[in-house]
Amino acid sequence: MLHIFCPHCGELRSEEEFHAKGQAHIPRPLDPTACTDAEWGEYLFFRDNPRGIHHELWVHSAGCRKYFNATRHTVTYEILETYKIGEKPSVTAAGTAEKKASDQGVTA
Amino acid sequence: MSQVNRLASGGRVDRSQPLTFSFNGQSYQGFAGDTLAAALLANGVDIVGRSFKYSRPRGIVAAGAEEPNAVLQIGSTEAAQIPNVRATQQALYAGLVASSTNGWPSVNTDLMGILGKVGGKMMPPGFYYKTFMYPQNLWLTYEKYIRKAAGLGRAPTAVDPDSYDYMNQHCDVLVVGAGPAGLAAALAAARSGARVILADEQEEFGGSLLSTRETLDGKPAADWAAQVITELSGMPEVTLLPRSTVNGYHDHNFLTIHQRLTDHLGEIAPLGMVRQRMHRVRATRVVLATGAHERPLVYANNDVPGNMLADAVSTYVRRYGVAPGKQLVLSTNNDYAYRVVLDWLDAGLQVVAVADARSNPRGSWVEEARKRGVRILTGSAVVEAAGSKRVTAARICAIDVQSHKVSSPGEVLDCDLIVSSGGYSPVVHLASHLGGRPTWREDILAFVPGEGGFQKRLCAGAVNGVFGLGDALADGFEAGVSAAAEAGFKAVSASLPQVAVRLEEPSLALFQVPHDKPTARAPKQFVDLQNDVTAAGIELATREGFESVEHVKRYTALGFGTDQGKLGNINGLAIAARSLGISIPQMGTTMFRPNYTPVTFGAVAGRHCGALFEPKRYTAMQSWHLQNGAEFEDVGQWKRPWYFPKAGEDLHAAVARECLAVRNAVGILDASTLGKIDIQGPDAREFLNRVYSNAWTKLDVGKARYGLMCKEDGMVFDDGVTACLADNHFLMTTTTGGAARVMEWLEIYHQTEWPELKVYFTSVTDHWATMTLSGPNSRKLLAEVTDIDLDKDAFPFMTWKEGQVGGVPARVFRISFTGELSYEVNVQADYALGVWEKIIEAGKKHGLTPYGTETMHELRAEKGFIIVGQDTDGSVTPDDLNMGWCVGRTKPFSWIGWRGMNREDSLREDRKQLIGLKPVDPNKVLPEGAQLVFDPKQTVPMQMVGHVTSSYMSVALGYSFAMGVVKGGLKRMGERVFAPLADGSLIEAEIVSSVFYDPKGDRQNV
Amino acid sequence: MQRYSGFGLFKHAFSHHENWQRMWRNPTPKPVYDVIIVGGGGHGLATAYYLAKEFGVKNVAVIEKGWLGGGNTARNTTIVRSNYLWDESAHLYEHAMKLWEGLSQDLNYNVMFSQRGVYNLCHTLQDMRDSERRVSANRLNGVDGELLDAKQVAAEIPYLDCSKNTRYPVLGSTVQRRGGVARHDAVAWGYARAADASGVDLIQQTEVIGFRKENGVCIGVETNKGFIGGKRVGVVTAGNSGHMAGLAGFRLPLESHPLQALVSEPIKPVIDSVIMSNAVHGYISQSDKGDLVIGAGIDGYNGYGQRGSYGTIEHTLQAIVEMFPVLSRVRMNRQWGGIVDTSPDACPIISKTPVPNLFFNCGWGTGGFKATPGSGHVFAASLAKGEMHPLAKPFSMDRFHTGALIDEHGAAAVAH
Repeated sequence: MLHIFCPHCGELRSEEEFHAKGQAHIPRPLDPTACTDAEWGEYLFFRDNPRGIHHELWVHSAGCRKYFNATRHTVTYEILETYKIGEKPSVTAAGTAEKKASDQGVTA
Repeated sequence: MSQVNRLASGGRVDRSQPLTFSFNGQSYQGFAGDTLAAALLANGVDIVGRSFKYSRPRGIVAAGAEEPNAVLQIGSTEAAQIPNVRATQQALYAGLVASSTNGWPSVNTDLMGILGKVGGKMMPPGFYYKTFMYPQNLWLTYEKYIRKAAGLGRAPTAVDPDSYDYMNQHCDVLVVGAGPAGLAAALAAARSGARVILADEQEEFGGSLLSTRETLDGKPAADWAAQVITELSGMPEVTLLPRSTVNGYHDHNFLTIHQRLTDHLGEIAPLGMVRQRMHRVRATRVVLATGAHERPLVYANNDVPGNMLADAVSTYVRRYGVAPGKQLVLSTNNDYAYRVVLDWLDAGLQVVAVADARSNPRGSWVEEARKRGVRILTGSAVVEAAGSKRVTAARICAIDVQSHKVSSPGEVLDCDLIVSSGGYSPVVHLASHLGGRPTWREDILAFVPGEGGFQKRLCAGAVNGVFGLGDALADGFEAGVSAAAEAGFKAVSASLPQVAVRLEEPSLALFQVPHDKPTARAPKQFVDLQNDVTAAGIELATREGFESVEHVKRYTALGFGTDQGKLGNINGLAIAARSLGISIPQMGTTMFRPNYTPVTFGAVAGRHCGALFEPKRYTAMQSWHLQNGAEFEDVGQWKRPWYFPKAGEDLHAAVARECLAVRNAVGILDASTLGKIDIQGPDAREFLNRVYSNAWTKLDVGKARYGLMCKEDGMVFDDGVTACLADNHFLMTTTTGGAARVMEWLEIYHQTEWPELKVYFTSVTDHWATMTLSGPNSRKLLAEVTDIDLDKDAFPFMTWKEGQVGGVPARVFRISFTGELSYEVNVQADYALGVWEKIIEAGKKHGLTPYGTETMHELRAEKGFIIVGQDTDGSVTPDDLNMGWCVGRTKPFSWIGWRGMNREDSLREDRKQLIGLKPVDPNKVLPEGAQLVFDPKQTVPMQMVGHVTSSYMSVALGYSFAMGVVKGGLKRMGERVFAPLADGSLIEAEIVSSVFYDPKGDRQNV
Repeated sequence: MQRYSGFGLFKHAFSHHENWQRMWRNPTPKPVYDVIIVGGGGHGLATAYYLAKEFGVKNVAVIEKGWLGGGNTARNTTIVRSNYLWDESAHLYEHAMKLWEGLSQDLNYNVMFSQRGVYNLCHTLQDMRDSERRVSANRLNGVDGELLDAKQVAAEIPYLDCSKNTRYPVLGSTVQRRGGVARHDAVAWGYARAADASGVDLIQQTEVIGFRKENGVCIGVETNKGFIGGKRVGVVTAGNSGHMAGLAGFRLPLESHPLQALVSEPIKPVIDSVIMSNAVHGYISQSDKGDLVIGAGIDGYNGYGQRGSYGTIEHTLQAIVEMFPVLSRVRMNRQWGGIVDTSPDACPIISKTPVPNLFFNCGWGTGGFKATPGSGHVFAASLAKGEMHPLAKPFSMDRFHTGALIDEHGAAAVAH
């Protein structure tokens, strides 16, 4: 049972109050009619499905009813941050890889 | 029978409170404070069950959660039956009725046991994969007998009379286990002011302190435990949960505690009490002080009743005043086990010998035993037990652990009890539930908890591999201090009680004791007693190529029992590792999963059954519906009136009557369940343009319009009428089942895609009640109860008005789902019943008839109106529904669904399209759901071209009719389709327009 | 291959079972194979078996990062049925069903396929319509299926609460009598043993960490133990398919979710068939060992942790107690989770990929176990020929571009 910090309510609440809504940061194409069938299919159905750090959309459905994003590890289930729609994540897989590399004394 | 094995004194039982109970039909007596197991042992009951595969007699082995054999059926009445209760964890109460789960005619003389002896040789692990294959059709027969033989206890056949509940808890520090480390941890945390929960699975707090021969500050250890418990009980921030097993460690420090509130009082909870409760705890920090289980040694015939764990025997002697035998032999590889010898001597009983696998043990306990004259055979072990229904002797041989060989013929010593100790296995279960693999420590020959990842937990005491009492207390206290500090509390110092310092020597790695014969030929050496897994079986599995620990487990069933291998798993994987020539850590452990011990289904379900399984939603008129005999239909969570039968009417008769009333006079429908969403804001209109398939730019205030909603794939997912209340204010209606879905849909697009649009959504479904008056008399009737001008020009079709209805403010929408002149009256829900009753009263002279969903469905189908979810299934576009008129093909913004419905497949010519179906025989009703074919003579598999979505017998039309989808159906008007039915008959139907009644729509426009 | 039989057991009893052969070898990988299967679960092993046995491709390796049958094969609730709604899926699952019937004899390994019947309960009028639709489609597709009314259901399923007192009273049920359960581990082991006997190399404890391409064409796999060449590579890694696709440089329309299940303690027979309910969200059967095997829907978030949230377990047991009130006092022994790769239309992807010679078989979601033989068979045929088997063609990745989905959501609202 995850413990999720709702960035709108400013509180840690239990997972039962929330719904997961899939991958975050998938903007609707601005001009759908300009998309090919393949591009529209990619938008509709194709997803990152990482084994590791993932940015996902959640809704505080039994709380403030607001949507927000979470950066979560899909293996450990650790939630590294939650942030409002429109904001950028501060923890990313690429960033973590870089940090790991610098921790090990490797520079890019 | 008297309590033959009860010691004259000692133990924590209350000898002034004798309790009578029965086991396998025989009456016995125990004392308050006994477990069922202690009471059975006190009465000299050796055999408590028969083993799973070989039907061998089995007795009690352990004193706690690790017990594999004493798994009993409890219950004196059918409804009270509880299967698979571990006798070692069941408190004795007066009148307890227990029985063995296997054995026929009885556990003492079991005929299956003979079969087990003969057939056992043919039952190596996995034997069932190798046989019962031929002939193919006999498997179900073989299986019937296998199923009968399997299983332990039985489920009741009557409904559970007990209730269960949940409790959500939050705490700073959750301490799991109230043994020495747990009590010390709880004390440290509690004194710092932290909110502490202390949970322990036993009847009493104290764990090993309740039975140890060690002293604290020179006094019995139990005294210190009592003192700590008293202090903790007086602290308001501390919650003490005895009889409460922390059974699962879930993500983000969420733990479940299964509390047995009344199982010690009786088989059914006393009146007004809850039998069991699940505490759902979110803990800031967790201290796991779960202790360790003693590991038995694996030797030949180690399953004969009278083979027990050393520690368990100490517990029975010291805590319960029960001596499960007279002459004891101990086989050990460590110092701690010598305590049982001293306890046994203290009880005035005979210690025949100790076999210690170590060559020269000199630890303090060992020396004390030696001083008291105990015969110690070093470099030796019990190799084989003798006896069939009870141990009669032990054969002790010198052994060479390195080469795994017996190095002397040994001697046979008469005894009636063999206790063994192969060391301690920390209870790492909870620490591993989230996938953290335990780590092997060669110095203590045990797995200890691995990394906890980001979970905020500490481990203390024996679970950490800290086995000595003094060290465990210190470890626990330190963990409590750290946990409280991490949770933001200031540590308090304290002095811990003093424990006598002793010399302790390391134990020797010994798991399976060698035998003169190779394992495969030696008498059975049991590893997992509950599942009859032997050392030979494990070796066989590895020989056959099962090399992963998971393979060994699954092939042999090692650890699959209700004890989940608490006793046998480490021995099993040590045997597998030796057989494969690898180390124990290389072999690794299997996954630990909840539950630590089994949990009642009812306790997990809590109150959420029956009426509380899901909330029932009723409209404001529910009491009227009930009084007027409505039958109900489940739609989403709503209970909707389905039809209102009069005396003697079935569904069809009632619906026929209701339909005619609407077509000829007037009917009233409770439409309150339709979803209603209030939409406000300057961009509300633009938003509607984007989420509906049709255009909303020109909808004037006071008007209403039907709209279709699609998903991005172009498939219809909801529909409804939306009215313009003011220029920036709309009221949207949705389907009953889709209300929440649509609301979330609007929100997700607003919040994530178009936050720049100024628009706000409020669900008002429950605020307004809706009553639909439909039929030619509806205007006359409504006029009697409203001040609104109902003139057809003043209040035309597809408009709405505000006014009074039945004396309260109302919004009236002139829209129609039946094709008749209709008014949908919306009033505040709390006035609705009164208004409804006024309309019913006024309607008497107009032939007003209440109707339900079934009549509504039929009437709308006569008009060809769709029901989303019945006539659509998520693969249907507006064009498929022949509702192209509802598609805004020139709307400037690419609304949701437009791109999707223009994909290659959505534009395919031969898509299934909604059409009307008119059975050739007007008396035959097509089954809803029936598949359709063009050619009924083809062979199976047939080419199906569509199916029936809605179908009725219409009294208004005088014939049966249906709606359905057919490939390219809109271009096939007049063609025939066939529905081949399950009974072999065929219904032939003509493809027709889906509008059957009043195609021009005159009746709704009057 | 050492033949198994009751007589064999009898014979081996005299030699104390010391002479049973290994079920499979531990081979050293060859430099290059005709076909490499990535993933040693049921589907992968079945693919290898049929490649060798039916399609004459014997130079085959199965590469498994852990132990054979250690993924969802080891963690599912063992239900087998083929009563799917749409033609494409009904034909595929019925193909599997026909292979199940006779699989023990084909493999000479008792996979305990037990055709005890699978019931899908109906609790609403729309359930009844949908069920009529599905059963009617099944019948015309040659798949057995019946629709029962509430009285028949009450007569056929003891202890099911068919009264009006339940929250969602039972109105009827479909039943596929040829459906049932099988012993999940045995399916993997049986295929593994038979594939090994045909010369297939089963390479365990070896993880694929990349795909080697030459001119954009897949020529083998990089593993943590080195490169292994393969003329064709078939990836059958269920929940890890998205990860594997990432290694190959493309995305799939998949999300990996936790799917939880649980078992009770073993009890005497009380549930004789498989009973599933979409409306109250739970399903149950009883294993030959006596455990009640219970499952429900997936958890909503992506997860590779082989565990889900406790709330899902609660809802599941609420559903079970609601359906079978007599089970309230029975106890849950163990719970666990698998990783299911769910596709948008609840149907698998059996497909070529943007990388030539690299094929994927994934997206089985909650329905993978029941398809094992059929999935393996059509994938083997496709890998042998380099062209997709006719039954696999509709399940191509392209459908997510054209929109030609095979929407089985109605048939699979609850996991199974």
